[in-house]
Amino acid sequence: MLRSRIIPCLLIRRNGLVKTVGFGDGKYVGDPINAVRIFNEKRVDELTVFDIDATVEGREPNYSVIRNLAAECRMPLSYGGGITTAEQAAKIISLGVEKITISAAAIARPELISEVAEAVGSQSTAVVLDVKKGGLLRGGTHLVTHNATRRTKLDPVEFTRIADSHGAGEIVVNSVDRDGQMGGYDLDLAGEIRRATTLPMTVLGGAGNIGHMEALIDRVGVVGAAAGSLFVFKGPYKAVLISYARPANASPR
Amino acid sequence: MISILDYGSGNINAIATLVKLSNISYEIVTHPGQLASATKILLPGVGAFDRTMSTFRASGMANAVRMRLEDRSVACLGICVGMHVLANSSEEGSLEGMGLVPGQVRRFHPEDIPESPKVPHMGWNTIEVHKPHPLLAGIDMAQGFYFLHSYHYECDSADDVIATARHGRDFDAVVGTDRVFGVQFHPEKSHDNGIRLVRNFVDL
Repeated sequence: MLRSRIIPCLLIRRNGLVKTVGFGDGKYVGDPINAVRIFNEKRVDELTVFDIDATVEGREPNYSVIRNLAAECRMPLSYGGGITTAEQAAKIISLGVEKITISAAAIARPELISEVAEAVGSQSTAVVLDVKKGGLLRGGTHLVTHNATRRTKLDPVEFTRIADSHGAGEIVVNSVDRDGQMGGYDLDLAGEIRRATTLPMTVLGGAGNIGHMEALIDRVGVVGAAAGSLFVFKGPYKAVLISYARPANASPR
Repeated sequence: MISILDYGSGNINAIATLVKLSNISYEIVTHPGQLASATKILLPGVGAFDRTMSTFRASGMANAVRMRLEDRSVACLGICVGMHVLANSSEEGSLEGMGLVPGQVRRFHPEDIPESPKVPHMGWNTIEVHKPHPLLAGIDMAQGFYFLHSYHYECDSADDVIATARHGRDFDAVVGTDRVFGVQFHPEKSHDNGIRLVRNFVDL
């Protein structure tokens, strides 16, 4: 039986690993390759890496960093950050990455999704939706880009359908408001996206304990449950300690 | 000794790392001439069927593998699209496959998957053995393997089906004749089970 995927999510900034809160300034948590080695030992289901500077700095993905990560990874690896063309996506896949994720560039020009899917296959084309709730005045829930410094008018459910129809192979829904809060996933948002598409889905933002992942799986069925803080911090003072665990409803039986 | 084909379809670093970690001696084969003494041939593949097939042919590798397999001591293992290449045809493309394990590659149709219609089939899934085979000796069946694909193999003959997996419907996950095998999942991304499977292939 297909199991839910429990996915550590690593953020790279200036070649180091960081963990953010609300997409803000990150706390340095260590060396990426070292983290990958620990996750290898822990036999994780999948690993997701985002270079969170690339799009903001308007630069291409750092291929040598990706190459080193991919060579070290003994589990499936997703990479996102700074990808704006199908050629870049194909190059990253050729470095040994299983899936590439696109966000800002796909939101600016959804045709990019079809171009990437054509180049590397739908199964390796994931679209990330960074979702932020509007304030009292603005209201509604919208997609944001560039580490949440740019707002769009796009509705996440509507854009999920657009991504689906352009050949995406996975939707990654990331709640900016919950990032680093460790208070649980936005289950209503996850449920809405789940109803909007038949694609595999991964949910990120808010997981603070394994019970939060269990609740997500109970709510939406087989899913990717991703987490940053949960797998890199320990204790109330957030000491850096890499760990990994699965809820019962995502474990081999 | 295992010979990993590098014919320009996808990356072979992950599989090379896995083989290295398992202390299996290996060579990376980049041109057909190197196949002359190969006995265990690993055929990776990533991407679309037609592109993989045409690169495989244009590199001269397809022909070299076919000829090398005439020697009864030689075995071949195709991974993911490298498995699909062993079929006669694929719904993903229009080129002819190698026909080494007679069968067709079909697309998953969401209407076949009533309980959770999710294509691509992505993640860790278990397999069900139909024909006990040394390739699967010692595999942790509860753990299973990592799958990532939208198209699946369908053998012409049930005799060639070693194991199936279920994603809405059963499909052929491990196929093989005497000496030509294909696996739909990614052993190089399947932790201990992947290492075990490649080791088993080398030890056949």
